[in-house]
Amino acid sequence: MGTPVRDMAAMVRQPARRTGGRKLSLMNLFLYLVLSALSIICLIPFFWMVSTSLKDRASTFQFPPQWIPDHFVWSNYVEALTVVPFDRYALNTFTIEFFVILGQFLSCTLVAYGFARFRFRGREVLFMIMLATQLIPEQVTMIPTFILFSKLGWVDTFLPLTVPAYFGNPFYIFLMRQYFQSIPFDLDEAAKIDGAGAFRILFQILVPLLKPALTIIFVFTFTEVYNDFMGPLIYLSDPDKYTLAIGLSNFVSSFQAEWNYLMAASTVVLFPLLVIYYFAQKHLVGGIANLGIKG
Amino acid sequence: MSRQRMSPLARNEERLGYLFISPWILGLLIFTLFPLVATFLISFTDWDIYNPPKWVGLKNYFNLFTDKLFFQSLKVTLLYSLFSIPLTLAGGLILALLLNANIRFIHLFRTIFYIPSVITGVAVAMLWIWIFNAHYGLLNYFLSWFGIEGPKWLEDPKWILPTYVLISLWKVGGNAVLFLGGLQNIPQHLYEAARMDGANRWQIFWKITLPLLTPTLFFLLLMGIIDSFKIFTTAYMINDGGGGPDNAGLFYMLYLYQKAFVSLDMGYASAMAWIGGGISLILAIVVYRTQSKWVYYEADVGKKGSDQHGDTRA
Repeated sequence: MGTPVRDMAAMVRQPARRTGGRKLSLMNLFLYLVLSALSIICLIPFFWMVSTSLKDRASTFQFPPQWIPDHFVWSNYVEALTVVPFDRYALNTFTIEFFVILGQFLSCTLVAYGFARFRFRGREVLFMIMLATQLIPEQVTMIPTFILFSKLGWVDTFLPLTVPAYFGNPFYIFLMRQYFQSIPFDLDEAAKIDGAGAFRILFQILVPLLKPALTIIFVFTFTEVYNDFMGPLIYLSDPDKYTLAIGLSNFVSSFQAEWNYLMAASTVVLFPLLVIYYFAQKHLVGGIANLGIKG
Repeated sequence: MSRQRMSPLARNEERLGYLFISPWILGLLIFTLFPLVATFLISFTDWDIYNPPKWVGLKNYFNLFTDKLFFQSLKVTLLYSLFSIPLTLAGGLILALLLNANIRFIHLFRTIFYIPSVITGVAVAMLWIWIFNAHYGLLNYFLSWFGIEGPKWLEDPKWILPTYVLISLWKVGGNAVLFLGGLQNIPQHLYEAARMDGANRWQIFWKITLPLLTPTLFFLLLMGIIDSFKIFTTAYMINDGGGGPDNAGLFYMLYLYQKAFVSLDMGYASAMAWIGGGISLILAIVVYRTQSKWVYYEADVGKKGSDQHGDTRA
């Protein structure tokens, strides 16, 4: 799951390169054609999802299919969202989101601050170890972690899904440290002379300057938690505690081949992600632009 | 800096440093080191969590080597990687070259191609099941335009893996964006010099662009290998938690999940975890070790023989 984070980081630091005027040559025309065709392939599944979600049952199974339904059956959405308590699932998901994002903010800020601003023995080695742990495959640590949480009696609570966030995430710590290092040391020094302690310097002076990094962590954590399937699947069994991901997967079994309902529910579940992506696009551009992420 | 000669100020700084990184240190101990050792130990036991574990030595490992499903899951995962990784790398690179053009709306195109990398999870898995539906699916409808009668995709054991590979191609935009980052880091003067020397586009691509993109290629290859052992959500959804017809969709993580959390066979699952983790680690090390043969780092362009990035070249 670390990869999209880097992809996005790389994407947003592409400045438009300007080399003279733009000419509409044959080459460019060809380029537009290819890119447009590929874009259609890329987006058509989503179009198909929304289109199916507005059909009645009969026209779902019509062949050849209708691209745009004759009449829009909006009641599919009402039906799909009331048969199972999607509001409950949404509330659960956002509760977990809140505590995980809070945890990442706190832990990653503190740890990155430690690595960026304090000299201590073993700092470089520890930092390298931290980067290396990203390569440890998840499955090797999954089982004892589950056993640990079940022995603590945390199964069927949100704790196994939220508590680990309070111990930091290597990639976010790395990201935050880069940001700390871009802030001049003079700021800390000046505050220190004024008698501010380490915590005050961090929260009053540095954290406000870290907003771009925190925005990035917010967006990535949000999508990661939102899409997490295995975690809730393993830890949550009480239907009242289901997240959207699990709720949706269970919905499939109750609605077997009712594709219009299934697609209506899917559309609703995907909507917040699209919104977040839309805003991420705008806010991340300036924030991450100066960040050098190299392999 | 020896302990005795540290000033009180420096000692205080050190104490604070450790204090601030302590959450991560604790996390490392609780969520990484302890589980690593524990998985190893549990793999020698028979344990359903509720009853006390029974030490059985290498039994789980012996059983693994006679378990057809274990080899099936390994085969599915490796075959998938063998096709999906090269295809998504090549696709991503080509798309990045297209997206590197200086034309209007290029940002819009980049945004569109990246959407599939952000929008994932259960809902998208369901969408794919619908699109690949053998009778009413969009894909077979599309194929019928060309007079092709589409295969039964997810219902046909022969077609399940190709379906997964096709689905993975939908996400090439993620790779493309990383390649694009690499492309735009290539200094312009290299291109200019090459053009001055009379190199054509083709030569420039093979002699300059591709070599300078190898760090990105290396990174994506490494992550691709590790990630293919983690494929779960789509595999679970498509096969309804099982392995699909003839277990043709039984990915490694799915089988591991069944053993650990459905049959509660923690010992067996731990042995699987170690072997799976070991294989992806070995593959990753092979890639890492060979990188000095094919990966160029920026520092190498200016001066030869730099040992940055832990490069062990003489």
